[in-house]
Amino acid sequence: MDGKTGYKKLKNIFTNYGIVFILLLLVIGFSFLSSRFLMRDNIFNILRQVSIVGMISVGMTLVLLTGGIDLSCGSIVGLTGVGAALLMTKANVNPVLASLIMLVVGVAFGLVNAFFIAQLRVPPFIATLGMMTSVRGIAYIITGGLPVFGFNRSFTRLGQGYIGVIPIPVIIMLGAFVLGYILLNITRIGRYIYGVGGNEEASRLSGVHVKKIKYFVYAASGFASALAGVVLLARVNSGQPNAGSGYEMDVITSVVLGGVSMSGGQGRIGMVIIGVMIMGILTNGMTMLSINEYIQQFVKGLVLIGAVALDVFIKNQRAKRTAA
Amino acid sequence: MQENVLEVKNLCKYYAGVKALTDVSIAFREGEVHALAGENGAGKSTLIKLITGAETATSGAISVFGKQYDKIDPVWAINNGISAMYQEFNLIPYLTIAENIYYGKEFTKGIFINRKVMNAETKKSLQDMEIDIDPRCRICDLGVAYQQIVEIVKAVSAKSKILIMDEPTAPLTNTETAVLMKLIKKLKEANVTIIYISHRIEEIFEICDRVTVMRDGRCITTKNTKDITKNELISYMVGRELGEDYPERKNEIGNTVLKIENMNNQKLKDICFNVKKGEIVGFGGLVGAGRTEVMQALFGADHIDNGKITLNDKQVKISNPSVALANGIGLIPEDRKNQGVHLGLSVRDNISFSSLKKISKGPFISKKKDYAISEKYCEKLRIKTPNINQLVKNLSGGNQQKVVLAKIMATQCDVLIFDEPTRGIDVGAKQEIYQLMRHIVDEGKCIVMVSSEMPELIGMSDRIYIMRMGKVVGELKREEFSQEKILEYASGLIGG
Repeated sequence: MDGKTGYKKLKNIFTNYGIVFILLLLVIGFSFLSSRFLMRDNIFNILRQVSIVGMISVGMTLVLLTGGIDLSCGSIVGLTGVGAALLMTKANVNPVLASLIMLVVGVAFGLVNAFFIAQLRVPPFIATLGMMTSVRGIAYIITGGLPVFGFNRSFTRLGQGYIGVIPIPVIIMLGAFVLGYILLNITRIGRYIYGVGGNEEASRLSGVHVKKIKYFVYAASGFASALAGVVLLARVNSGQPNAGSGYEMDVITSVVLGGVSMSGGQGRIGMVIIGVMIMGILTNGMTMLSINEYIQQFVKGLVLIGAVALDVFIKNQRAKRTAA
Repeated sequence: MQENVLEVKNLCKYYAGVKALTDVSIAFREGEVHALAGENGAGKSTLIKLITGAETATSGAISVFGKQYDKIDPVWAINNGISAMYQEFNLIPYLTIAENIYYGKEFTKGIFINRKVMNAETKKSLQDMEIDIDPRCRICDLGVAYQQIVEIVKAVSAKSKILIMDEPTAPLTNTETAVLMKLIKKLKEANVTIIYISHRIEEIFEICDRVTVMRDGRCITTKNTKDITKNELISYMVGRELGEDYPERKNEIGNTVLKIENMNNQKLKDICFNVKKGEIVGFGGLVGAGRTEVMQALFGADHIDNGKITLNDKQVKISNPSVALANGIGLIPEDRKNQGVHLGLSVRDNISFSSLKKISKGPFISKKKDYAISEKYCEKLRIKTPNINQLVKNLSGGNQQKVVLAKIMATQCDVLIFDEPTRGIDVGAKQEIYQLMRHIVDEGKCIVMVSSEMPELIGMSDRIYIMRMGKVVGELKREEFSQEKILEYASGLIGG
């Protein structure tokens, strides 16, 4: 009897935390294949590499939970990066102020997304696809397509510095995840976000202002993207108008790997961090093994499909069992 | 004596222990218009599903053109001349009339579609029925009546010999109905058998040759329409005494709490009614009469063009559900799965969902109060769940309905709107819901209830309003309650 319940428990853990096992497998595999993999420097290295995508994925998690999507996040990274760069170099604005202005800009673009989606009922995929293109356009227009550089040392510390042994971008990412966790798990807005994604009509009839929730999540996603944009700028020390291109796909991949449903209402932010780590470890591990980048890309795609297929398979099995 | 083209013999259909049809035998003759009459839930739709092969009978047989079958497959049914038109159309909106009619059997010229022939053929079919529309019109540009006509033409062009029409006139205006009636007469001349389902008693007498009355999944009688009167038909449809299985009324009825005057919107016309303290006010009427629309408008979920809502002698403006809840008006919606519960959230999340403001400190939900409120209502409503963190999708229908009720009760509303409170839940849970409703009014609150189940409406209400075509057409006091009266109002025999 005991053995049976133990087995059941284990199975339950596996169905709920299957993605954690995949992460562990990767860690074990790579540490056998490369002795440097588990060294402290490399671990922080991985964390720093994923920090930008990690920050954005907090915002994306909120959006996906309401049943939406935000494809404009990569372009907002690019625009806020060059925006801050221009403010600091051309207008001599103080780095802190420049960063804050860009955060406001990020929120503003998020609100524009939400206006199209909540007010005009444009499907989120279309609205943010259009914004992705246009916002990237603005980044090229204001820079004339050229990189912007020459910032103050104090600013680059934001992307390159450490507090103790931990890189600052990693701390910012972890902060974003903690905020996301608090928001989703112990606040009213968090409960409403799950509610709207799970059943929009029932939420409306329960007295929830569904539009306000949509404005909130897209604004949050814009904020997270702008934060990532500024940190990325400080890290690479050069404002590139094409920075953040394709990030939206990396972010969505990580969030979905973390078990957030594309149709909304389901997913936990704690698992998203695992999804982010899996993508980071794959890149880092394969690079250490000097696997060529084309193959890396091929593998990453397969991992996404494989992990999600496994997840769906497990859930279906469970549904069958409960039905029977 | 005409030939029987379709005959069902001793059909039975059980759904998970519920008897939807018991021992139904009916013969349909060639070229007749045969009505199926009965209240909601009498088994008409189930019978249709068996005839078209959408579902398989538990026992019994179906004979088509003299040959007997145990079960029918939908494709076989269509190929053998049985077509059904449902209220939701099966047309493709962005294709033209001709393309829809010949969908799947297009005229071709090599690999290309021969539009010319298709349009000409369609034009001819339409002219045969004396209908003048261009076959090149897209379906989405047509009104409901013409969409229906296209459905009929499609069925006829597929050489259907048996045509089933389920409430074909429900969405139509009077002139459109006249067009349809003419079309049906044409079809009859062409020896097509029509099985006609309608709640509108006059139509049955106007167009049908015979009528079969169904009640509680049984076939009660089949008569020639010229041999019976409208009142006889209604008494066949009703046919039983009711009101015994309901909890006793002990409530004292007080002053008027809620008063609605001249509420109008796209679907409603000059709605007036009132609700008193401690009262259960029922809304009867046929499906589509506008009862749900009244509730949605009152709750702020639908737009109101004009009208006055007075709550406790104060005029209120309810612009959205959140305002309604703040004013103490709660709604338990009709469609539990789509409008009521969050299936993917826990029992606790669901119960506290509308009361989060009360149990929060700033933006943060108090975990203690969250658990307390959920446990309190779980216990009060005797929701059967292993614990309050169970996902709602794992509960039975009756318990899901109790969760929705708990959510609304937790907001401490004084006016509760129940839209079809017991739809799709089992008998035991029904009784519990009834007890709860009684309990609520005993506490001095009031209830507005929409119900399509006649026994429930009569057994639970203190007063009944009856609606028809977006208007309140009648009001009955307790001593005037009778199924006949309600049906007469609802089907338009008396009143507005």
